[in-house]
Amino acid sequence: MKAIGIILAGGNSEKRLGELTMSRAASAMPVGGCYRAIDFPLSNMSNSGVQKVAVIAQYNSRSLQDHLVSSKWWDFGRKQGGLFVLTPYISQDDANWFRGTADSIYQNISFLRRSNEKYVIIASGDSVYKMNYRDVIKAHVEKGADITVVSKTFEYNRDLTKMGVMQTDASGRIMEFEEKPIEPQSKEANLGIYVMERTLLISLLEEIIPEGRYDLVRDIIIRMRRKLKIYAYNFDGYWNSIGGGILDYYYANMDFLKKDVREMFTKNFPYIATKPKDEPPVKYNFEAEVSNSILGNGAIINGKVEGSVVFRRVYIGEKAVVKNSILMENCHIGNNCVIENVIFDKGVTVSDGAVIKGEKDNPYVVKKNSTI
Amino acid sequence: MSKNEMIAMLLAGGQGSRLGILTKKIAKPAVAFGGMYRIIDFPLSNCVNSGVYNVGVLTQYQPLRLNQHIGIGIPWDLDRKNGGVTVLSPHVKGGDESGEWFMGTANAIYQNIEFIDANDPEYVLILSGDHIYKMDYSKMLDFHKQNNCAATIAVLEVPFEEASRFGIMNTEADDKIYEFEEKPANPKSNLASMGIYIFTWSKLREALIEDNKVHSNSDFGMHIIPRFLANNEIMYAYRFKDYWKDVGTIESYWQANMELIKHVPSFNLYEDFWRIYTNTEHQPPEYVGENGVIRKSIASSGCEIYGTVENSVLGPQVIVEKGAVVKDSIIMQGTVIGEGSVIDRCIIDENCVVGKNVKMGMGENIVNELKPKIYNTGITVVGEDTVIPDNVEIGKNCVVFGKTTEADYAEGKLPSGKSAIKEGVE
Repeated sequence: MKAIGIILAGGNSEKRLGELTMSRAASAMPVGGCYRAIDFPLSNMSNSGVQKVAVIAQYNSRSLQDHLVSSKWWDFGRKQGGLFVLTPYISQDDANWFRGTADSIYQNISFLRRSNEKYVIIASGDSVYKMNYRDVIKAHVEKGADITVVSKTFEYNRDLTKMGVMQTDASGRIMEFEEKPIEPQSKEANLGIYVMERTLLISLLEEIIPEGRYDLVRDIIIRMRRKLKIYAYNFDGYWNSIGGGILDYYYANMDFLKKDVREMFTKNFPYIATKPKDEPPVKYNFEAEVSNSILGNGAIINGKVEGSVVFRRVYIGEKAVVKNSILMENCHIGNNCVIENVIFDKGVTVSDGAVIKGEKDNPYVVKKNSTI
Repeated sequence: MSKNEMIAMLLAGGQGSRLGILTKKIAKPAVAFGGMYRIIDFPLSNCVNSGVYNVGVLTQYQPLRLNQHIGIGIPWDLDRKNGGVTVLSPHVKGGDESGEWFMGTANAIYQNIEFIDANDPEYVLILSGDHIYKMDYSKMLDFHKQNNCAATIAVLEVPFEEASRFGIMNTEADDKIYEFEEKPANPKSNLASMGIYIFTWSKLREALIEDNKVHSNSDFGMHIIPRFLANNEIMYAYRFKDYWKDVGTIESYWQANMELIKHVPSFNLYEDFWRIYTNTEHQPPEYVGENGVIRKSIASSGCEIYGTVENSVLGPQVIVEKGAVVKDSIIMQGTVIGEGSVIDRCIIDENCVVGKNVKMGMGENIVNELKPKIYNTGITVVGEDTVIPDNVEIGKNCVVFGKTTEADYAEGKLPSGKSAIKEGVE
């Protein structure tokens, strides 16, 4: 396909995801039993035929680097194109961290200049969805758009005050756009996925960065909405973001317990790829009682698990009860524990008999490698 | 280990005919094991875990699935610029009128002398794709070098009463081999050959060429080892003391799978530092439904359990619909067990569709009429891509293969010991 991809994985969402992103970028957050958030946009790129993708990372990129170290799992291990992980660097005349989304691309503008594909697809690294970007480009061309913004109309009660909300005319052209509005004027929100021609992106960046404008949404989409033809592409499939806060993260994971959502990602071609960890099958021992839960490979279950997302290699002790919880890789739950409404980051160890309960809409979060 | 110090040659061409319908379409090394693995994953993973990164895989019988599984070796990190995995199949040789099949274990290596020469190794490791075990071949190589061997043969101490079933190495006190006896009536030792050899390549090369002049079906046990002994070459037995399982028969295959579900299995797949690698298309999580029950079992990625599973081993993407009961069984990749069906002590191969309210493994234990030597322990076996219609009852020691319909089940039944086999490509 005549497009290159850029995944913005630099987001510092520490304030929103708290302890969970202390040790990693939001894009590296584990999702759905065995994935990381970035697997979704990255697989979408690969499944849409994009051959060359840059992942722009900044904040706590070690675990992201670890995940992406071999790009062949997403079919990017190629001589032509491939996967580039771009981080801030110091040069003779510039030693800046990325000052915003537009700036993070500008600082790597040679990636754009050295390509010859006509289009650029920009996607954020912390959303969970399956999308064929070919369809977006097709709509972009048909409308004769300068920029296409992928949007979704949220019929249900989603908090749009954390998102970008737009109003479009009958043709789909964006007339108004407010970032994090206090009073959203519509239900159509920005999903953080943009398509435009590569050369247009280069010239826009060259125009705004010297003026001290560094943000893709504020300084291009909003500021130039009258000058440029910016259209919305309304996506009606499943979409969720984990970057918005603890509850967003919790519900994005719990969505995998719904048959239609789960099967879209795990059963229907094309698949979401991830770095394989070569874990053995899940082992259910004699007193295991598991219901309405997903489990990652290598888990060993002795106790009871209900309504939960259990990642790889988690150990659940005898007569332990785990309910409505997310347990990331390598958590060890001792015998007779009672665990409810919690999010345990990787490697949390809980001693025998402990009782830990969060509330339904306020899960109890425990940071990586803690011992309780 | 330097780049080409040792090359491994993995004999994966065997049919494994005692596995019956399970090896109808695929070679034994490609048969699924332990849910998500295939038998060949064990020697292949042992190679990379031992630092042997140059592996030739010799195929002959039904190689398609094996070729697809191995690919360019990515799951084992065997996609390499130097070495890696090479699939070697029988081929037509230049100058000859026609090609030649691999006629024996050693003959297969003889026919690939050029491949080994091109890699110029000092030692050659001979493996078979038939066994479940974890072994550090680099330790065996150290032993080979310490003893200045021409050949080292890995052996297992078996109970004396079973020794007459094996190739037995008679050794001196320091494990130097002075005699080899194939299935001796009165065994003098209990050191059974595991079919794993390290040879010093120059010595083996010479022996292969000489032996080919006399035996066109040159075999390691029958010809090469006796030749080494006759030439007074130094050969040692290398004692292996860990888990090692031959999965050659339906019963032993079933047993070895079932050992994995014990509370503390004697073969540990959950270790960090000796992983078994395999090729899976993708590895999504598995799901246990609201009313699903699964215990004393292992289940692989992508399984969906809405019914009851006990004492069983499930491969990837197996679906057990609601009300279905799977007990003491092995269900392989992609198979669907329909609503309300009961599966008791059965092996169901890949991508089968079992209809609703099917009962399998019922009734008396009558040995199979067509193949009494293969199906005789009560286990009913269903071959790959088989379809079983709704509401039928199938007995013990049965074999079902192909897209069966109600017409294949007189009065809705396939009694114990009977077979329903539909051949041919449709």
